Amino acid sequence: MTTLLTPPVIDAREPGTDFGALEVVKTRHWLRWILSAVAVFIVLQLLWSVVTTPTYKWDVFAKYFFAPAILRGLGLTLLFTVVAGTIGFLAGGVLALMRLSKSPLLNGFAWSFIWFFRSVPLMVQVLVWFNLGYLYPTIGLGIPFTTNYFVEAETVVLISAFAAAVLGLSLHQAAYSAEIIRGGILSVDQGQLEAAAALGLPRSVRIRRIILPQAARSILPNAFNEIIGLLKGTSIISVIAIGELFYVAQVIYNRNHDVIPLLLVAVVWYAILTTVLSIGQFYIERHFARGSARVLPPTPIQRARAWARYQWSRLDEEVGR
Amino acid sequence: MTAATLTHGPASTAGLVEVRNVHKSYNGVEVLRDVSLTIEPGEVVTILGPSGSGKSTLLRAINHLETVDRGWVALDGALIGYEQRGGKLYELKEREILKRRTQVGVVFQNFNLFPHLTALQNIIEAPVALKRLSKADARELAIGLLERVGLGDKADSYPRQLSGGQQQRVAIARALALQPKVLLFDEPTSALDPELVGEVLDVIRDLSKLGTTLVIVTHEIGFAREVSDRVVFIDRGVVLETGTPAEVLSNPQHPRTREFLATVL
Repeated sequence: MTTLLTPPVIDAREPGTDFGALEVVKTRHWLRWILSAVAVFIVLQLLWSVVTTPTYKWDVFAKYFFAPAILRGLGLTLLFTVVAGTIGFLAGGVLALMRLSKSPLLNGFAWSFIWFFRSVPLMVQVLVWFNLGYLYPTIGLGIPFTTNYFVEAETVVLISAFAAAVLGLSLHQAAYSAEIIRGGILSVDQGQLEAAAALGLPRSVRIRRIILPQAARSILPNAFNEIIGLLKGTSIISVIAIGELFYVAQVIYNRNHDVIPLLLVAVVWYAILTTVLSIGQFYIERHFARGSARVLPPTPIQRARAWARYQWSRLDEEVGR
Repeated sequence: MTAATLTHGPASTAGLVEVRNVHKSYNGVEVLRDVSLTIEPGEVVTILGPSGSGKSTLLRAINHLETVDRGWVALDGALIGYEQRGGKLYELKEREILKRRTQVGVVFQNFNLFPHLTALQNIIEAPVALKRLSKADARELAIGLLERVGLGDKADSYPRQLSGGQQQRVAIARALALQPKVLLFDEPTSALDPELVGEVLDVIRDLSKLGTTLVIVTHEIGFAREVSDRVVFIDRGVVLETGTPAEVLSNPQHPRTREFLATVL
């Protein structure tokens, strides 16, 4: 097919023109302009309705936003996030290393653990821990495979609602973070391991100093996803009547029937915490990106400063003129 | 020994490498077949051979990055992965293997510098982690080594900010920091742009004069002829020919050697 091979004809230069002397007319992106206008309309319409609709009851929102009960709930939410996040990621790290171990037994154990705790819904798991007393009325330490206990305690006393929540959240988190950490470790080039081994670095040093800092680059975005998920996931433990943020909001609106304003209180607090975590994520990822690019991109603050400097110099010029 | 003498003093004592009747296979494919080779202390030996001939495997077996199926590899009369007690060979604990392995430095084809550490941090990592040197002494040693490979001003650069040739020279400095008795080079210039090959070969040439035992896998025949005391030709896991560069490169006896040299020269 010769027609296909014919090169497209491009307007040739009029004889004697100097392209450099001509005016440049930029392409107009009409669709982009229309869609932008639609987006602006949607945002404005939303804002208008949020401000003018009386049923939002912003006065109730304001009254409860810093209420001591809400702040106590917020504290508990943070506490559970930190405790379960720490235990979850530490246990997840150990599980990830077990999954990568040459011992099929360790590998199998870790695989089963992850399989099980990923299979059971978090809410179900928390309820099972909370009701473990029905299964094992007492828990004790004694001779293995017998019921001769040296110390024995009632399960209901040993596993309080708090403990049930920590257990449920941590084990759930461990299973998920194990896979994230394992993925990160696998993403590190095999040559790095070899070079580290050839230098005679002990295994612990290889993991801590060479593998993990490099794995962190791919672990961190997912890990922050998980932490943010966990932060909001703590609302599930309201099913066993723990007074975290969501539970407190529920208790209050069950009394005064201002459902939406109190849910909004919870929503805004969750959004604030997520924002703080996202900012932390940006800077931590930046720290672990060292060496990955010749020059790191500027932080938002640096960018804002550069912008301000640029505007200032323009203003200077204008005034000077 | 202070850092200063490590840098400027004589090179570390050279090691004797003995490879005896080594066999190695992967999934039933024999990569090394009854390979025996003795490399004298201070000798510079180049290993030549077509791709897949087992050169790299042999090199990796020397520092026990690769275990062998049969036969043994010894450094200065001691096995790297095993210990002889009575009539038996006991597999060594990892810690002990690592200690012996530090006597053998490796320079890889792809440099394998740690990308999250600066050139200087790459070099001091092992001496500090193994508690050979204090951090201050290690820094002094590293700066001396970087100067020796012509990169005195690149101490704080990350690997990605360096050219391939510069990275490989940092990798050589890193290997030297542990004062190995033997240095292994696994195709050190194969990943480099042609104009960067020379700077790396210059550094290796300097090392060859200092008396460390060097084992070099390379495709740079001209360089092999110039620096080697001895050239070993391997094909399909078998040592076909060994001798001085003049013997093997100018007057090869085996038809496979002649064929190989004809294709690369």
